[in-house]
Amino acid sequence: MEQQFFILLALVAIGSGLLVVIARNPIHSALSLVACFVQIAALFVLLGSPFLAVIQIFVYVGAIMVLFLFVIMMLDVRKEAHTRFIQNGVMPTFLVLLALASELLLLLSQSSRLHAVMASQRVIVDEPTKHLSLSLFRDFLLPFEVASVILLVALIGAVVLARSEDRTESTQKTTEEAAK
Amino acid sequence: MIPISWYLILGAILFIIGGAGVLLRRNVLIVLMSLELMLNSVNINLIAFGYEMNDPRGQIMAIFIIAITAAEVAVALGILVALLRNKHTLEVDNLTIMKG
Repeated sequence: MEQQFFILLALVAIGSGLLVVIARNPIHSALSLVACFVQIAALFVLLGSPFLAVIQIFVYVGAIMVLFLFVIMMLDVRKEAHTRFIQNGVMPTFLVLLALASELLLLLSQSSRLHAVMASQRVIVDEPTKHLSLSLFRDFLLPFEVASVILLVALIGAVVLARSEDRTESTQKTTEEAAK
Repeated sequence: MIPISWYLILGAILFIIGGAGVLLRRNVLIVLMSLELMLNSVNINLIAFGYEMNDPRGQIMAIFIIAITAAEVAVALGILVALLRNKHTLEVDNLTIMKG
């Protein structure tokens, strides 16, 4: 039963992931990326980490993709619908992708060390979120605080980047008015 | 019970799809979205290994990746809005200010 669920979720995730790359309209790409993220959240539930599944939906679907959709709808992006892919250098790109794909699949199928590592030590944990939070706030408190500082810096940086031109215009206006 | 190699293969496939999007598309917005897809495939791998090894550190690393991704997207979209205001283009071929 679990395996059928996994196959269903994985197929939908791969299909919507392909649609992200193929779709003409950026809004369609964004919506199929939302579908892909929801499938991945369901996979996290199968992997026994319900907290990560909720975080995935809150942060990725609720915040990041809505931000993307806002930017797509604010900007005019329809004019380049007829040229989806890059024009020159397609062959080297395909070669790089083919090399990457064959390397990954060879590693996953042939490497004996990886298979030794993958030997299952699976234990069903009663309260996975409790273990996660204890470990996060006991052993990883400093990285947690650093991450919060990084988020604050990114917040300020985004505001400054998005508003910088307005401020220079307004300062120019005030200097012009002062000159008058 | 699902073998962990299935998760790893799914992660690899999604990573390659995301890489194709980053390398092949012209629209900067879709390049950023494909980058998100690549980060998510890495998250699948981390959580699958954490589950298999019975170790919460996989999930913790995934939490940090999600937080840093949120910061990255906020800054990237801010840069994108400022760029579009100045250069009026979203195509990666035309964005060669830094001679890349």
